Amino acid sequence: MSAPYPQLVRAGFRRYASYRQAAFAGLTANVVFGFLRAAVLVAVLAQQGTVAGYDIPTAVTYVWLGQGLLSVVQLWPELEFSKRIRSGDVVIDLGRPWDLTAAMLATDLGRAGHAMVVRFIPPMLLGIVFFPFRWPQRPVTWLLFLVSIVLAVVVSFTIRFMLSATAFWMLDAHGVLSVWGAVSGIVVGLIVPLAWFPQWAQAVLAWTPFPAIMQSPIDVFTERGDVVALLGHAAIWSVLLFAACKLMLRAGAKKLVVQGG
Amino acid sequence: MIIETDGLRRDFLVGTRLRRRRVVAVRDVTLNVAPGEAVGFLGPNGAGKSTTIKMLTGVLVPTSGSASVCGLDPVRERRELGKRIGVVFGQRSQLWWDLPLEESFDLHGAIHKVPAARYEERLEECVELLDMTSFLRTPVRQLSLGQRMRGEVTAALLHSPELLVLDEPTIGLDLASKERLRSFLSAVNARGEVTLLLTTHDLPDVERLCRRVVVIDHGRVLVDDELSTLRRRFAGNRTLVVELTAPAEALAGLTGVVDVQVEAQGMRQRLAFGAGTSAAELIAEVARRVELRDVTVDEPSIEDLVRTLYASSRPA
Repeated sequence: MSAPYPQLVRAGFRRYASYRQAAFAGLTANVVFGFLRAAVLVAVLAQQGTVAGYDIPTAVTYVWLGQGLLSVVQLWPELEFSKRIRSGDVVIDLGRPWDLTAAMLATDLGRAGHAMVVRFIPPMLLGIVFFPFRWPQRPVTWLLFLVSIVLAVVVSFTIRFMLSATAFWMLDAHGVLSVWGAVSGIVVGLIVPLAWFPQWAQAVLAWTPFPAIMQSPIDVFTERGDVVALLGHAAIWSVLLFAACKLMLRAGAKKLVVQGG
Repeated sequence: MIIETDGLRRDFLVGTRLRRRRVVAVRDVTLNVAPGEAVGFLGPNGAGKSTTIKMLTGVLVPTSGSASVCGLDPVRERRELGKRIGVVFGQRSQLWWDLPLEESFDLHGAIHKVPAARYEERLEECVELLDMTSFLRTPVRQLSLGQRMRGEVTAALLHSPELLVLDEPTIGLDLASKERLRSFLSAVNARGEVTLLLTTHDLPDVERLCRRVVVIDHGRVLVDDELSTLRRRFAGNRTLVVELTAPAEALAGLTGVVDVQVEAQGMRQRLAFGAGTSAAELIAEVARRVELRDVTVDEPSIEDLVRTLYASSRPA
């Protein structure tokens, strides 16, 4: 037996594979919203022509990629970890001879892998069949797209991790969570493309990790912007945020160990 | 010593910022456990058992005093300690809820980097002794509590820990499941590979598994002794139950007997006798007076023993 982390990736995958009905229900919702969003954008662009470089095929591709990626990056935390902190079950996680943050990331990558199969591909296929679609022009884009998704999952994981880990200090994290719930869809580029934002807002967001969660993978796929810059941005934030998670966990564990649960 | 503590103490601050109050959960626990021992750690709710266990497993810093487990400082070397001990909490799970039991075992093996051959051997043995074949492929969330606890104990043993800490492992189990778990743990401990530290409210667990008992109350060690010694010191009377071939009057005037109860119209009598009296002599004396069909000696229950201990220790 060796290397627990690859095995945790597999476990994360298999874990979600056991909930087929939930996956199907979520998929249905994704698809319905996808049709609505695509219809709205097509209606707008039919009158406006191209907006900030988005013609109809690009906008439709943006919508379906976004719908598919939504459950892959999993924008909103499941809060399982904060429940484990509150219930004290976290002492089991802390007592294991592993890097807990890395273990949770590995499991989350497995979950994302499963979501790619059941939640990303089906809505994409529907989008391709029913709407004009913009395929990557260069073959290497497919590979870069995959890399950008992995980085998107890492960035999203770290944000979810930190939101959950507030439970070490706060009895009730609803405030923080509702703020994230309200703004996350906007700042990651789920609601409208970030390119449609005012210049100043785009400039501000470029300094945050949020675009890396959704807009960047979509831009990589639709071949907009400098791919090196997009992936570099995501990679730097992945490393920084992962380190921040580890620091936060260390502080949380210390608080637990010193003050008691 | 596999566990060595000296004057372990833990305070908690409770209440709001304005009205803080200091609560002492563990006042003074000095405990030494040698490798291979099986120690029952008893005490009423709030006595400080779980707090002590948290300090021993490195998830809580002592306010004062020191602890060493497997020669390690539990808090500072928690990760290393995690490789050398196994912990089972009756009320928490270390298994992956959504995965088949077998996959939880695989993950445990991987996390602890157990060599494949030893993992297989260990797992096979546990599966056989705990009769788990039929539910190895069942997701943990669908297991009964008894099945899940067998899984928990197996997971805690897969990496061959030197010390197994069990915090109320039989809570909520039915009698058959309790017995199965006890006999397994007793067999594992008897081979001398693993030291057991067991907290429980279920005194038969202790009777079955532990030669030594540590009783704590109000955060202090009340008693730390062999179970048999404790019985002799605190337990008071044993009872000789005699079944007669014909009804008889209450057997009065027997040496050492302090109480006689007559049951079944004089066919059965319960003779309570003190620690200074030998059961064999008493049986012989009874046999000279009446014809016996059967005799049994009831040991005082450990419940009585612990009740006596707590009653004698209540601070005034």
